[in-house]
Amino acid sequence: MSRAGMRAAAGRARGARRRRAGLEAVATYAGALLLAAFILAPFVWLLISSIAPLADLLQRPLHWIPPHATWERYRTIFFGADGREFRFALRNSALVASVATSISLVAGMLGAYALSRFPSRSRTGLLYLMLATYMTPPVAILLPIYLILSRLGMLNTVIGLALVYTSFLTPFLTWILKGFFDSIPVELEESAMIDGATRVGALGRVTLPLSLPGVITAVLFGVILAWDEFLYALIFTSSVAAKTLPVAISEFTSRHAVDYGLMAAGGIVAALPPLILAFALQRYLIAGLTAGSVKG
Amino acid sequence: MGPLADVSESTAPPRRNPPRSGRGLRRAALPWLMLLPALAVVGGVVGYPFFRTFYLGFFNAPLLGKARTFLGLANYLHAFQTQEFRAAVVHTLHFTVGSIGLELVLGVAVALFLNRPFLGQRFLRALLILPLALPTVVNAVMWRWIYNPEYGALNALLTQLHVLPGYRTWLGTPGLAMNMIIVGDVWKNFTLVALLVLAALQTIPVELHDAARVDGASGFQRMRFITLPGIRPALLVALVLRTVEALKVFDIIYVMTGGGPASSTKTLSFMVYQEAFSFLKLGTAAADAFLTVALIMVFVGIYIRLLQSRGVAG
Repeated sequence: MSRAGMRAAAGRARGARRRRAGLEAVATYAGALLLAAFILAPFVWLLISSIAPLADLLQRPLHWIPPHATWERYRTIFFGADGREFRFALRNSALVASVATSISLVAGMLGAYALSRFPSRSRTGLLYLMLATYMTPPVAILLPIYLILSRLGMLNTVIGLALVYTSFLTPFLTWILKGFFDSIPVELEESAMIDGATRVGALGRVTLPLSLPGVITAVLFGVILAWDEFLYALIFTSSVAAKTLPVAISEFTSRHAVDYGLMAAGGIVAALPPLILAFALQRYLIAGLTAGSVKG
Repeated sequence: MGPLADVSESTAPPRRNPPRSGRGLRRAALPWLMLLPALAVVGGVVGYPFFRTFYLGFFNAPLLGKARTFLGLANYLHAFQTQEFRAAVVHTLHFTVGSIGLELVLGVAVALFLNRPFLGQRFLRALLILPLALPTVVNAVMWRWIYNPEYGALNALLTQLHVLPGYRTWLGTPGLAMNMIIVGDVWKNFTLVALLVLAALQTIPVELHDAARVDGASGFQRMRFITLPGIRPALLVALVLRTVEALKVFDIIYVMTGGGPASSTKTLSFMVYQEAFSFLKLGTAAADAFLTVALIMVFVGIYIRLLQSRGVAG
């Protein structure tokens, strides 16, 4: 082959490569667009439904973009008489999530520290026990707990529901926190203790500050999981005294069946706290998801 | 890493007091003391009630009132004999296999897609958090509205695109309803698989792929011998988490169909709920609840075997 022929062949190859790279880029962005649409479309429709006038939602053929927005439903939810139960549910959800997470955080940190630092033949067994407890389905304990709570007069109370929530939060937070404690070198505590600190002092001044990311992750998951729970709340609560958001939303939809927009607005408001937390603390969310999955 | 207890004993400066028996005892008791609150929850809030569920299953017990009669194994045997229980098992498995199969395929595909650098890739990654953090009940309400037979967005979209001649009752058609529920569940939960697999993909060194490419490995070979082994632990964890969640599915069913139409979406958890709180038959419900747990335990047992043999959890 002549020198010119070779150069031409090389050029052709380069051109083909460039064309393939171009095709790949087009495919990539088509895929990216498709993925974004798949994730966003249902949620955006919920958003639109919450601010579109009811008449526009009930039109056939449906107009996707309403001519004007109405904030009436959000006003109802936050200030109106029809939003009263919803506001109580918002308060109850916040209370149950805080109480359940606080209890589970204390129990989880103590337990996780023990599991991480003290060698024991029972450690693996205990870890599996925590895992099994976390995975126990609600129906497995639902009925006896109903009877127990009813005997104690704790049905339809925030504290009763929060105690039940520790059943899945405590083992899960223990599991997550153990992973974080494992990643803090024991040597740091040891050197503090050699320098004269007591074990409690070493724990407070060295281990706790270093495990702050673990604590943030644990609180994040505690709040999100408690906020999300439905079956226990459905069975154990019955009035504004303790009913949480998921229950209120599920009832909202059957009682206010006519105003689909109000239902959508309620859904958006209920979704905002966990969404904001999850996006603001993404790093911790991912860390928590993977913490439990690689270590054991 | 030396365990703390040993180290403080062997390397502590000699001026410290020699360990006395009381201190040794305290030291041995400390871990258990620290574990006490967590173990109290495990035993008191989960262990004991679970035992009570098993026990309740031996009785004919109404939800309200104290009149109980001992039935022996009747409730447990009854479950195996009724068509209703078998149907609930089938519906639960339908939901589980369908949603998890799709979630794994979609999750892995999306993770592989997002593991390459391109403009907007970080944005898409963050976007995965939206379905993940959306409360389950809100997700169920959202999809029920989308599937609405008269005003739903799905009907509007498909008729406007001329895919469908007219509106359909997605959740009102037996045989179709469960698959529509699965779609709603997959939309929310494929993100968990995607994020777990993505995290695992990022731990695979790029050099491994480069070296394999230099050695002439094809794309398929690199996938088979580098990528797949790298994400297998994450995949198994996602599989376990999602399977347990799917086998106990309740909320999305309750909100979207209430077990209907014609009981075609009635899963095990939903059946237990109905028996106890609609039909007030506590004993039957307890027996069915226990059998539900047994089914989940079979799956978890298989998975834990898998995990151990791969050396993930050991």
